[in-house]
Amino acid sequence: MKDSIDSANAPNIVGDASKANSFDAIVIGSGMSGGWAAKEFCEKGLKTLVLERGRNVEHIKDYPTATKESWELPHRGRLPLKIEQENPIVSKCYAFGEATEHFFVKDNEHPYVQVKPFDWIKGYQVGGKSLLWARMTQRWSEFDFESNAQDGHGVDWPIRYKDLAPWYSYVEKFIGVSGNRDGLYQIPDGEFLPPMELNCVEKHFQETVNKTFPGRNVVISRTTNLTQKHNGRGPCQYRSLCHRGCPFGGYFSSNSATLPAATATGNMTLRPFSVVHSIIYDEQKGRATGVRVIDSNTKEEMEFYAKVIFVNAGTLNTTLILLNSTSSRFPNGLGNDSGVLGHYLMDHNYRARAYGEYEGFEDMYYYGRKPGGWYLPRFRNLGKDKQDNFLRGYSFSGGASRRRGNVGENDEPLGAAFKEKLTEVGPWTMGVTGMGEHLPYFENHVRLSKDKKDQWGMPLLEIDSENKQNEENMVKDILQTASEMLEAAGFKNIKQTDSNQPLGLAIHEMGTARMGKDPKTSMLNGINQMHAVKNVFVSDGACMTSTACQNPSLTYMALTARAVDSAINELNKQNI
Amino acid sequence: MNRREAISAVGFLVGGTVIGAQAFLTGCSSKPEGPSSTGLLTNDQISFMNEVGETILPTTPSSPGAKEAKVGEFMDIMLKDCYSPADQKIFMDGIATLDKASESKYDKSFVKLKPEEKHELLLTVDAEASKYKDSKKTDDPENHYYSMMKQLTLLGYFTSEIGATKALNHVAVPGHYEACVPLKPGQKAWS
Repeated sequence: MKDSIDSANAPNIVGDASKANSFDAIVIGSGMSGGWAAKEFCEKGLKTLVLERGRNVEHIKDYPTATKESWELPHRGRLPLKIEQENPIVSKCYAFGEATEHFFVKDNEHPYVQVKPFDWIKGYQVGGKSLLWARMTQRWSEFDFESNAQDGHGVDWPIRYKDLAPWYSYVEKFIGVSGNRDGLYQIPDGEFLPPMELNCVEKHFQETVNKTFPGRNVVISRTTNLTQKHNGRGPCQYRSLCHRGCPFGGYFSSNSATLPAATATGNMTLRPFSVVHSIIYDEQKGRATGVRVIDSNTKEEMEFYAKVIFVNAGTLNTTLILLNSTSSRFPNGLGNDSGVLGHYLMDHNYRARAYGEYEGFEDMYYYGRKPGGWYLPRFRNLGKDKQDNFLRGYSFSGGASRRRGNVGENDEPLGAAFKEKLTEVGPWTMGVTGMGEHLPYFENHVRLSKDKKDQWGMPLLEIDSENKQNEENMVKDILQTASEMLEAAGFKNIKQTDSNQPLGLAIHEMGTARMGKDPKTSMLNGINQMHAVKNVFVSDGACMTSTACQNPSLTYMALTARAVDSAINELNKQNI
Repeated sequence: MNRREAISAVGFLVGGTVIGAQAFLTGCSSKPEGPSSTGLLTNDQISFMNEVGETILPTTPSSPGAKEAKVGEFMDIMLKDCYSPADQKIFMDGIATLDKASESKYDKSFVKLKPEEKHELLLTVDAEASKYKDSKKTDDPENHYYSMMKQLTLLGYFTSEIGATKALNHVAVPGHYEACVPLKPGQKAWS
């Protein structure tokens, strides 16, 4: 970066020169939460600039592999060895393949420093990772917002379930969530489209588990795959090719839903290829006045101004921008009076998996490829259950299907009969994944590299985080309960694995700019507003004070819609 | 199906771990040992591999075989782009080894054998490859050439248009989902 825009010496912005680059609101990021901020601001009539560091991806038009058959992909979905060798990090992601690789950031395109192993999976394009998510959407419970206060790990959330409940409803009505009203306090019911259905073996598993293990409740996945046409999108066509982008609009993404809604208002200016360098802080006014942007193609530096700024760049990039936004008032990063910016990085614990085969229901099959399975919400350390060696708990997701091919041990290993056997419907199998809550630890943190910079002149992020004893103990329990449920339901050949994967690969990175009641120990207040800079809001994963064990995107979206509503109220009251 | 499932399906079908799967799943930190050439297999070798494929998955009354699905051409692409130089060499040497076995047993090159002779010869090689993992010495290469040929045949065939739509039951856009439906007699698996 040139000295002229060195953040500590930034000139105050005055006069007409800034007019063409002035907006009511700036949203940094166009993914899961940025798309929501854009839609809400635009629909309320605010002229909104949405900055996206990646290229534009237009719904349907820019999904080049969406309708490709396996034989139309040269490597039938697999990636050339060269790409995998050049990308050891992103290659670990289950969704990274020949048909999806264009939606992922390659390792060398945006390096970072792993002080301890951390797999940072990134999607830089309009829509961000909302194109690539697993689409599971469970509300947080009342106790999830209270856990920190109860066991003293992490600061107390400044909000409770009742504060977010109407916003969960608001978001669900727009995005469309298929699900069953199960009446479980761990995952409160929402505004649901008709649920999908469990297949025979999943139903059998559900009946056995719910009967054998009181407190454990297997339910159909709640997912943003649409079981009926909703707001002009869908329904899901049961192809299960979601990560390529859906030409039917069968699941929620920014590209298919929030960004088109924002566009329709005429109030959105979307600027792709815009890497945000920092937020401009005006020392006299005591507020942020805009953002510094580097055009990723031309490297040209420019500034944009607005009354209110939403930072939704995706957890780690949000914190990178804030850490890089220094001034005399904030030498350690914007709004960082507390010193917690960058700290308390968390990611869900997805290490433990189990697998089994089921003998039975041989005469039953299914039609279509269901993009989901079952979900088992948290049951540990709830009600009468009390674990001695770990706090909090975990959920499970899983699904059953029949293997393709039915070759027996004694069948000939090649030839006509072998080929016929391979076309038969094979045994039922089921995979189970545990999804554990991760505790907030101060030492798990990110910081700016003092000497290494990326191709845009931004400092590289150094990531220093790890699992600790609570997570290790939880893995053991997940493996044990997964296996005992499979056994109880009559599964055979049960295998359990601890992938030992580092943090990051669950792609649920959270924290590093957390919400809290006390400005001394948190960055953001109960409406996602910076304690110290009232016109800057953060409502992506960075704001999270704890992780619970639900998939997080629904909560980011609800927090964002609520935060925009609050920001507009504050603007109207001329508080910001 | 995700990648892990895709691999376990192939691994199950051929009764072993999938060659290259470690790199496939986790990426690989080592650099390739040398530049990989383009068009690794000659036309004759592609024809040879089509014959091997056809012997593993022959044309049957219900569907065309691996040769019509062009598994030889598929192997050429996969070998070049998705296999390490070491595995490429094992595979290429394997073609010669297999042909030599054919010459010494039948006095004819593999492609000239009658279908039943090809079948008989590959049964022997298949058994040898199955035992290889357990009997191989520490310094021996990880993979047996025939295991690669068989895996690529199965993968290439069932993801080809012929394999997916004629041998298996293929519905590109199911349109709806039925959770529990009776399996009809003789119904093929979904692709």
